[in-house]
Amino acid sequence: MSCIYIVPIWREEKYNLEFLRSKISEIFRKKAQIYESKKINLDSVYNPTRKQYNSSQILIQLLSNHPRDTFRILGVTDVDLFIPILTFVFGEAQLNGIAGIVSVHRLNNKFYGLPENEELLRKRLIKEAIHELGHTYGLVHCLTPGCVMNSSTYVEDIDEKSDQFCSTCFSAIRG
Amino acid sequence: MRPKDIAILVVDDEASIRNSLSEWFKMDGYRVEVAEDAYEALKKLQENNFDIVLVDIKMPEMDGIELQKRIKEIDKNIITIIITAYATVETAIQAMKDGAFDYITKPVDPDELSRLIKKAIEQRRLITENIMLRGKIEELQSLDEIIGESPAMKKVMEMVNTVAETDSTVMIRGESGTGKELIARAIHAKSRRRYFPIVTINCGAYPEGLLESELFGHEKGAFTGALYQRKGKLEMANKGTLFLDEVGNISLKMQMDLLRVLETKKFTRLGGEKVIEVDFRVISATNRDLEQAVKEGSFREDLYYRLNVFTIFLPPLRERRSDIPLLTHYFIKKFSLSMNKDVREISKEALNLLMDYDWPGNVRELRNVIERAMVNVKGTKIEVDDLYFSISSPYPKPEGETLEDVEKAHIKKILNKTGWNITKAAEILNIDRVTLYNKIEKYKLRR
Repeated sequence: MSCIYIVPIWREEKYNLEFLRSKISEIFRKKAQIYESKKINLDSVYNPTRKQYNSSQILIQLLSNHPRDTFRILGVTDVDLFIPILTFVFGEAQLNGIAGIVSVHRLNNKFYGLPENEELLRKRLIKEAIHELGHTYGLVHCLTPGCVMNSSTYVEDIDEKSDQFCSTCFSAIRG
Repeated sequence: MRPKDIAILVVDDEASIRNSLSEWFKMDGYRVEVAEDAYEALKKLQENNFDIVLVDIKMPEMDGIELQKRIKEIDKNIITIIITAYATVETAIQAMKDGAFDYITKPVDPDELSRLIKKAIEQRRLITENIMLRGKIEELQSLDEIIGESPAMKKVMEMVNTVAETDSTVMIRGESGTGKELIARAIHAKSRRRYFPIVTINCGAYPEGLLESELFGHEKGAFTGALYQRKGKLEMANKGTLFLDEVGNISLKMQMDLLRVLETKKFTRLGGEKVIEVDFRVISATNRDLEQAVKEGSFREDLYYRLNVFTIFLPPLRERRSDIPLLTHYFIKKFSLSMNKDVREISKEALNLLMDYDWPGNVRELRNVIERAMVNVKGTKIEVDDLYFSISSPYPKPEGETLEDVEKAHIKKILNKTGWNITKAAEILNIDRVTLYNKIEKYKLRR
């Protein structure tokens, strides 16, 4: 049976991702598992000028190092991600592909000089992880208020949306 | 506009920028194409329509500023956004001067890019809506141009009113410039289909392959350059009216395809398998002798009967000369408004000239002559000298080849030109007034 693999990619802070695994399994009705991969090399994707990590290149690494029974593979990291045209991204995924990545770096209140809030961080991570996995199902940004596929360019946008798909996006996930 | 209706072209020689922008837009559901240089971009712009083009300012051979100029030559309404690595006041000013909607400095904040694209789409939507509304207004105004109190035109209008209420197929016959399209639009505007579009296709304007694609549309990849699925005019005319102009000029193969659609109201796009059902009324027009074409075998008889259910013949202007003053005054009023000129009338002599002319180009030619006169006119009245006839001479031609025939025509021409001012005409002809009177009598010339 194929599986959604969650790959922790930590540089400084480590997080327990069990809550995320269980939520992903519930939402996508698929077996989800934490997969520790030693083949992800963050140094090779670091841009010293930007002091950030190229998320597209991490996706390439995830794609070339995944278990045979992979249904989807989602990297979760604590480093700050970017794609060349943008100043930062919360995450990235292949549209209609199998891989995605999400970063907790800018989901953490600490980044904005606010007191840490672990529960809020978990909520944000769940939403962004589901959002990126949604893209791998071919879903594009959705305009239905509250849908998890709403585009988020600020962390406040993430707080505004729910961790659920709207009925249209949900039907697409269920196929 | 739904995101999937928006087509964006990203032009950047740097693959990482090009691809990351493309992926970012795709996540929003936009249709995105990329080009690595100006030449590839121009090729893609020739083959497909784009709403927004993002152009890197610094590219080898042709830079973004030059490319933007070329893009505006292709379609001045395309929204262009300049991408630059270092925002300088000079480049920004230059880009905006050349018509850029805005510019972004890479890397750009996701929210800024997102807002900019939304604004660009809104701008594009407004431009498209504006063009559509202008077209609609022109369409409504053009219906006023069906002017005429001559018995021939009254009969035409009666026929328009009668047929508009039905859903019959109509064929409009008449010489070039008689206003066949106006009549088609009038029928549509008075029909129950008026809330849906009237889609015109000039069958004579396209080579066969292109006409097929214009009519039926195509699927993505149906032929080289078909990057996207495209609806054809048949689909666009759904629930409305399809106006096939110059229908006498289509090839035998297209006649067969067209006949099939008209009979079944079903078709498939080029390269597609899905059968599409449509519901439209057909109005066609031609200035060709279709009966002769059927006899010669260059026009299918079955298609002829399918199109020719109800026929409206538009008389040439020379057969309804009594409408010329009415049409002339209408065009003077219309162009006075659009050109913001205070021209109110036309001299008797000039109007006489218009009445005598044969108008081979019909109402369209009259319209052009008045438009040109409105440009030339100095005061508030159009005079003979303001009139310029492009197709043929407005003056009577000699009826034969004898010296007397030529003399008669020339005297008539000068008399018309001077508004039958005998003194002035005699002066121009370099004869005395008595001789002129004698000649008028001899040739039985009348105003």
